Amino acid sequence: MAKPDSAIPFQALIDAHARSVAAFLRGMLPPDDVDDVLQETMIAALRAYPSFDGTSPRAWLLTIARHKAIDEHRARARRPEALVEPDAVPAQGSHGHGDDELWARVAVLPPKQRAAVVLRFVLDLRYREVAAALDCSEAAARRSVHEAMRSLRAAVEPKPKEEATR
Amino acid sequence: MTTETELKDAARATAAAELDVDALSAAVSRRAAAEGILDLVYAEVDSPLGRLLAVSTPVGLVHLGYPNRALDSQLELLASRISPRIVESPRDLDPVRRQLDEYFDGARRDFDLDLDWQLTAGFVRAVLERTAAIPFGETRTYGEVAAAAGSPRAFRAAGRALGANPIPIVVPCHRVLRSGGALGGYGGGLNVKRELLQLEGVLEPELSRERSPGRGR
Repeated sequence: MAKPDSAIPFQALIDAHARSVAAFLRGMLPPDDVDDVLQETMIAALRAYPSFDGTSPRAWLLTIARHKAIDEHRARARRPEALVEPDAVPAQGSHGHGDDELWARVAVLPPKQRAAVVLRFVLDLRYREVAAALDCSEAAARRSVHEAMRSLRAAVEPKPKEEATR
Repeated sequence: MTTETELKDAARATAAAELDVDALSAAVSRRAAAEGILDLVYAEVDSPLGRLLAVSTPVGLVHLGYPNRALDSQLELLASRISPRIVESPRDLDPVRRQLDEYFDGARRDFDLDLDWQLTAGFVRAVLERTAAIPFGETRTYGEVAAAAGSPRAFRAAGRALGANPIPIVVPCHRVLRSGGALGGYGGGLNVKRELLQLEGVLEPELSRERSPGRGR
């Protein structure tokens, strides 16, 4: 039975946060997998909802989504077609070639860095919220984004130069 | 050189892509119901009285909300009293919607719906169960339903019980009047009670009467 202080109908979480979760998953998964994993995320959240403490529902949902995305990556890696069809990129059209190419490089980042980049730049979250969704410290969240940025740069410039920005 | 600005630009299409929240809710409610982890489903039902909120458990219809009550606060109350596992699922409320439509069209006199009485207990429940048996187009007094529920002198308590009716219209508390024939009270507002009694032919329609401006806030 629900506690009085957690009496937010689950539908209110869907209404308020499903778009963020969907955007996160679009950044994490090939387009064909997004709908399924989004549903699985919401089902898992609904199952766990009576014991959710009510603080920061978006970060809570994003954490579940991240776990589901990682599960999906693992399942995909076990499937033979994953060898010939590397992780596809969200191809949302209407964009310059450069953007698509950049996302292609985001797609091959390690999952945690990729998640950090998506949370920071697709969802435009603050590092505090990125950290909450990644279940890590704010410093670790910043580090993940910085490492991701470094790999993305390295992918453009095969011979890494001294970084001027600091 | 990859900059944060470039990444944000590249991310814009992903961030802006549309999501059909209704379709997602429908899919979630379907799967959740199959797994037995959905405690409440709801839908808004259009009626001549305004938009009603219909809420069901796996047992049956548990709540029918008048248009004069805010949807969010009704759902939050149900979340705390029954379970926060609530998802909007119009499909699950189709039978309720259909029967209400028929009732308001004058094509149905009795509702044939499973009801979940869990929001009622004791004397309130006894009063409401007796009230549920009052036929279409007939009325009783508060004293009569109190007596039928076993406490002839508790007509005031019967009034309060009817005011707490979680499933109005279907459990026809509008058919209970004061002994002199005055309307008494009604949770949905006396205008609604009057309209329902007119629909059932108990009261003459007042063709010139204006709709209350206070309704449906």
